[in-house]
Amino acid sequence: MPPADPSVLLEAGAISKRFGGLTALAEVSLTVKRGEIFGLIGPNGAGKTTLFNALTGLYRPDGGEFVFDGVRLTGMKPHRVVECGIARTFQNIRLFAEMSALENVMVGRHVRTRAGVFGAVVRDAATRAEEAAIASRAYALLDYVGIARRAAELARELPYGDQRRLEIARALATDPQLLALDEPAAGMNATETAELKRLLERIRGDGVTLLLIEHDVKLVMGLCDRVAVLDYGRKIAEGLPFEVQRDPAVIEAYLGGALA
Amino acid sequence: MPSLLDRWQQLKRDRRVVWAAYIALALLLVALPFVTDWAFGRTWVRIAAFVLLYVMLALGLNIVVGYAGLLDLGYVAFFAVGAYFYALLASPHFDVHLPFWLLLPLGAAFACVFGVLLGAPTLRLRGDYLAIVTLGFGEIIRIFLVNLNAPVNITNGPQGINLIDPVRLGDFSLAQTHSLLGASFPAVYNYYYLFLVLTLAVVFVSLRLEDSRIGRAWVAIREDEVAAAATGINTRNVKLLAFAMGASFGGVSGGLFSGFQGFVSPESFTIIESVMILCMVVLGGMGHIPGVILGTVLLVVLPEALRHLGPWQQALFGRVLADPADLRLLVFGLALILVMMLRPSGLWPSSTRRREFAAKGEEARHGKQSVYDAAR
Ligand SMILES: Nc1ncnc2c1ncn2[C@@H]1O[C@H](COP(=O)(O)OP(=O)(O)OP(=O)(O)O)[C@@H](O)[C@H]1O
Ligand SMILES: [Mg+2]
Repeated sequence: MPPADPSVLLEAGAISKRFGGLTALAEVSLTVKRGEIFGLIGPNGAGKTTLFNALTGLYRPDGGEFVFDGVRLTGMKPHRVVECGIARTFQNIRLFAEMSALENVMVGRHVRTRAGVFGAVVRDAATRAEEAAIASRAYALLDYVGIARRAAELARELPYGDQRRLEIARALATDPQLLALDEPAAGMNATETAELKRLLERIRGDGVTLLLIEHDVKLVMGLCDRVAVLDYGRKIAEGLPFEVQRDPAVIEAYLGGALA
Repeated sequence: MPSLLDRWQQLKRDRRVVWAAYIALALLLVALPFVTDWAFGRTWVRIAAFVLLYVMLALGLNIVVGYAGLLDLGYVAFFAVGAYFYALLASPHFDVHLPFWLLLPLGAAFACVFGVLLGAPTLRLRGDYLAIVTLGFGEIIRIFLVNLNAPVNITNGPQGINLIDPVRLGDFSLAQTHSLLGASFPAVYNYYYLFLVLTLAVVFVSLRLEDSRIGRAWVAIREDEVAAAATGINTRNVKLLAFAMGASFGGVSGGLFSGFQGFVSPESFTIIESVMILCMVVLGGMGHIPGVILGTVLLVVLPEALRHLGPWQQALFGRVLADPADLRLLVFGLALILVMMLRPSGLWPSSTRRREFAAKGEEARHGKQSVYDAAR
């Protein structure tokens, strides 16, 4: 292995994943640097979400390994991956529907807090302090993503755009170094997308590296520092957004150049 | 003009009203044995004690099913484990007579271990599959109890265990009639009060767990296990904890059952028992403590009350038209179906919880550090 480069946060090395006869990922390698916004694009079924699932421990890759901040993630349970500093959102929003927005974010603090059954029942000073810190941090995060006024509403009752924001707040509650977002702008209108872009820039400004799957070309081009393109599980291009945009292989993949 | 509902909300917020309600409830619970004894007879004091036992059981299952969303159809196994633990260690069967204060926590811990043992193999299962496997586990425990009488006689088989020591706290035996301030307290009364204290403890623990880091993790798993794991929850440990806590409530309840009855046999721990406890949880409103208590009271009291169907018919029509035993089950089943059709989320679901949380959110925003202050 080459000496660890301190500017590298995440290194995906030849990740492969098969579902029966289907190769969803074929030796995909990526390098995400600290502090950047890294875009992952590709046509439907290219394997983007599968890569996220492999990264976050929901799937076990058939080959290759992820090294995050110098730690090998291979074989780790999802909650351990979160502990290491990777948080994610889902393409098809997955909130805790019957919990309030605030509680959803409070769950995100689970991994960074420790109160157990004894603390819950006895409510000693330490537990009370921890619980208060969880609530106020969660509230601050709702405010950060701009939905503080919805704190008491059930997650399932929030409008679509706010649900997306809530998922981001919940992910941020785990204190991630890397935030992996799976199509956060899906289903949003232009105004909402513009607001989302500002939010993501702010998150990056606050020191969180972003790994972004997105179909909205304008958003990707305007936001990402570097972009990788997947097609049929293979990485077909990687580089600066404008380079990738002009890459013939990419134009080909998007059938006649939706990107051009 | 404020609507009736607004007025009700206002009343609920008034602290004096709340305290008055609590004091009234406390007085009612303390006076209950005397009142029921006077109005309906001694049997009903016994039924009241059973209501309390079942509340403990239902609240235990509520942790597993209501909070963590794990459909457990073999919950009665933990009741059985607690009951036999007590029966074997406080009866002439092995001629061991451990004191109550030791048996109760040990029984809870023992049931807890069983909760983990039976929970561990089911961790990967969800929904229907989990229900089937837990149903099987429940039966396995019962079948063990039936058959563990040979070659070494441990459980005394289908005959069960007799002459179990009554509950005794120091020199104070609950099985004797005591008198205090001119009132006499027969055995059932004593057990009622003991169960009442322990039920309140179980309610307290449930309430505290519900509003805690652990409680939120349980609900998160119920709502979406994958999202919970991806949000950093160790789903294996948190689920095992739910099984363990639920089982320990069952264990406590089982021990009390043994001491109260003086006799246990495998017959008391059939699948129907599990189903009844599940009904108590679901009927009132899963995951909502007052709902679960209401469901339990109804499901224990209703079948008993329906025993009077015969006499009522006699009084109404001058003769018994339908066999009361058949009619009792029919009415009971019909009531269950009606409730589930008309109120699918239970008689008393937790709709108010959200508003309480709104208050908490406000407090957190205004920098009040403790979220508990708002709840007080
Ligand atoms: N659990 C699974 N079992 C079987 N096949 C799967 C599974 N998950 C994904 N696939 C397949 O793997 C391929 C890649 O899917 P993936 O969801 O990663 O695509 P994607 O790039 O995220 O597409 P989209 O833009 O539509 O979200 C698809 O052909 C999909 O059908
Ligand atoms: Mg996808």
